[in-house]
Amino acid sequence: MVKRVVVGAHYGVRDWLVQRVSAVVMALYTVIFAGAFAAARPIDFATWKALFSQGWMRVATLLFFLSLFLHAWVGMRDIVMDYIKPAGLRLALHVLVILVLIGCAGWTFTILWRA
Amino acid sequence: MPDAALKKKRPLWYNLSPLNLPIAGLVSILHRISGLLLFLFVVWLLYLLDASLASPERFDAFKRVVGHPFGRLVLLGLLWAFLHHLCAGIRFLFLDVHKGVDLATARLTSGLVLAVSLALTIILASGLLW
Repeated sequence: MVKRVVVGAHYGVRDWLVQRVSAVVMALYTVIFAGAFAAARPIDFATWKALFSQGWMRVATLLFFLSLFLHAWVGMRDIVMDYIKPAGLRLALHVLVILVLIGCAGWTFTILWRA
Repeated sequence: MPDAALKKKRPLWYNLSPLNLPIAGLVSILHRISGLLLFLFVVWLLYLLDASLASPERFDAFKRVVGHPFGRLVLLGLLWAFLHHLCAGIRFLFLDVHKGVDLATARLTSGLVLAVSLALTIILASGLLW
């Protein structure tokens, strides 16, 4: 028996799992949103606002977006690693993606919890 | 100078590789492209959500963007990207647990992903965008 010693950053399996768990969260939210949207029709500003004023909808939408940003990070990191070879440019793109996604996460809070 | 007659006999090489991309490969690369597209437009989509929930005036501005032919076209593309990414993603989750990995089933589900996401795009776009 060969005992394999796993070395490295260990982020491979974790990111693989993050990608899948966040995907399931987003898929479930899509179904819930479609149902809530269909029930709220016809959509005008008042019904649209009321839909997102419910506590559970805010939390569910926040979970959707946070899953989206985690999911986008793993996906974009894979794309950058596959196609961008110069180390400096790759690092710059990784940092850019992270900053954009963190900014989006903060923005999502303000959108969802604005008075 | 190379002989013209000799040059004529040189073998032609056609790049046939695009024809050989299996349908599962097509679903896979479209999954990547659609994911990239969605990332590139995520800030714009958040901006639209922000506008739609901010005030009645900005809701009207949001409706003008969504009603503009160019806005509609971009949203149509993003709607397809989302639906393809979703359908292909569900297929990949089944492949992860070794469901549908035999060739015939994998080809069938690839075709289903392409067809279902296109059909849903048409249905939802005709209901929401037009």
